[in-house]
Amino acid sequence: MKVRRILATKGMRVITIGPEQQIRDAVAILARHNIGALVVVDTTNHPIGILSERDIIRESASNEQVFDRTVADLMTRDVITGMPNDDTHSLAHTMTERRFRHMPIVDEGVLIGIVSIGDILKAERDQYRGEIDTLETQIMANDD
Amino acid sequence: MSEIGTKSNPLRVAVIGAGPTGFYTAEHLFKQKEYVVEVDMFDRLPTPYGLVRYGVAPDHQKIKSVTAVYDRIAQNPGFRFFGNVQIGKDITASDLCQYYHQIVYTTGAQTDRQMNIPGEDLAGSLPATEFVAWYNGHPDFRDYDVDLSHENVAVVGVGNVAMDVARILCRTPEELATTDIADYALEKLRHSQVKNVYILGRRGPAQAAFTTPEIKELGEMADTDAYVEPDEAELDALSEAALAVSSDRATMKKVEVIQSYAGRPSSGKTRRLILRFLVSPVELFGDDTGQVVAMRMVKNKLYKTDSGTLRPKATDSFEEIPVGLVFRAIGYRGVPIPGVPFYDSWGVILNREGRVIDPETQAPITGQYTGGWIKRGPSGVIGTNKPDALETVQNMLADVAAGEILQPQHPTRAAAADFIAAKQPDYFSYDDWLKLDAIEVARGKAQGRPRVKFTSVPEMLTAVGKK
Repeated sequence: MKVRRILATKGMRVITIGPEQQIRDAVAILARHNIGALVVVDTTNHPIGILSERDIIRESASNEQVFDRTVADLMTRDVITGMPNDDTHSLAHTMTERRFRHMPIVDEGVLIGIVSIGDILKAERDQYRGEIDTLETQIMANDD
Repeated sequence: MSEIGTKSNPLRVAVIGAGPTGFYTAEHLFKQKEYVVEVDMFDRLPTPYGLVRYGVAPDHQKIKSVTAVYDRIAQNPGFRFFGNVQIGKDITASDLCQYYHQIVYTTGAQTDRQMNIPGEDLAGSLPATEFVAWYNGHPDFRDYDVDLSHENVAVVGVGNVAMDVARILCRTPEELATTDIADYALEKLRHSQVKNVYILGRRGPAQAAFTTPEIKELGEMADTDAYVEPDEAELDALSEAALAVSSDRATMKKVEVIQSYAGRPSSGKTRRLILRFLVSPVELFGDDTGQVVAMRMVKNKLYKTDSGTLRPKATDSFEEIPVGLVFRAIGYRGVPIPGVPFYDSWGVILNREGRVIDPETQAPITGQYTGGWIKRGPSGVIGTNKPDALETVQNMLADVAAGEILQPQHPTRAAAADFIAAKQPDYFSYDDWLKLDAIEVARGKAQGRPRVKFTSVPEMLTAVGKK
């Protein structure tokens, strides 16, 4: 399965934030859209980092003033990006091995989406369910 | 206004496209207990089942047994079928808003992706989808002209359509004579001069999209030998490493079967099916008449992307093979529906989990939904459309609860039926279809075949007494 299959049903807008914005803005956006990570983009909409709820929690454990920090302070900079033609299982493998949960998807240099490990699990679950359903139907069918 | 979804005021849904996803959408709508639902299903052809009838290969009859499930769904008293009615031609999308609370587009991926290489438009270079529609008796393609006098054929792609096309080209008339292949196609294939069929994959054996049963089947045909170039059957270091880490048994098995074809000597069968890996067509060459005669391919090697996917990269090594026919099967895309937002680069309706969205505001468009391949792109097997349809239906029901539905002027079965009959008097009901089905099956029985298909709309209309 390709990553584009997941992106196709997510609309085509990516929720992003600028590096100079505050963590309180980020938290508000995460809550409003019910998502777990934001892609941090520069003024040309190029991804320069990713800010996950995990980054914010980790900081808040030692810093009660976390809301006043900037996105650039807490974001993860070494972002691994994917492409729409990547295989979902290799993304899942990379995310599992490297312990992160969101991957921005870039097509010819343009940010076009973000895929979470949850998105991949859901798509793969649906694929397996579909295969089981199809196989069952064929097994139950008469041979005549 | 009284509440929607009650016995006196049912939720009225139009489903556009009578393929698997259309039926699964109806099924999920009927299964829930909260609302009384009426589903009117439309198709531009008189016959239901979409690609199960016109896509699934005739030598895969067992896959078609899923239609029994669809027939059961169609027996629900809330279900009606309006075949031979085309949205955008007989009826517009905005007409539907006058008769239904919700509209679901499940029109599939009807067209193919181009290779974008020089020579692609030469005679003999064709989309695999058209060949598939032709041998399956799709009324739009019965006059399709495919020249099977060539000895060498290339099928570009390693998905299930590529496999189907290659198999149908390699089967003997005897193997096909017991299927529901279109009569005219069987006749033409009887005189086929095809000797060598190349299947071209741009990645290696471990990345090929086909399944193990599909690849095994290629080696079990009556008069065709399957063959793989020995060096192309070997896994490269990257694939080897990826497989060692994932220890994916399905992929291992698939690679094993492919390797069993490597370097196999001919067993004297008439035809040869040659699986090629790590090659991409770069140009087609024609003769003076504009007929394709050869294909230039570049050899690829795999590299690993940041995210861990193995992708093909062209090397500077090229190869030319003589071919008189080229079928491209490298991907499919949906056809836009007038008045429905479309995401052109991927060939899908613009949507969020099945809700059609406005390209400007990204907000859902009230009452408009989508499911199946026109929603997510072509992927998965028939059954994959069931969870796909469920996701859409769950969002439809949430919108009913929130009151976010269309406000049709005439939300009754009778008004819709009158309107449709006025626009397309020759519409096909499900009973009409069952009548046609019985005739096809009876015609088949006489010949020891599952059915003999009607392949033109006028013939279908006449057969059930509509003309």
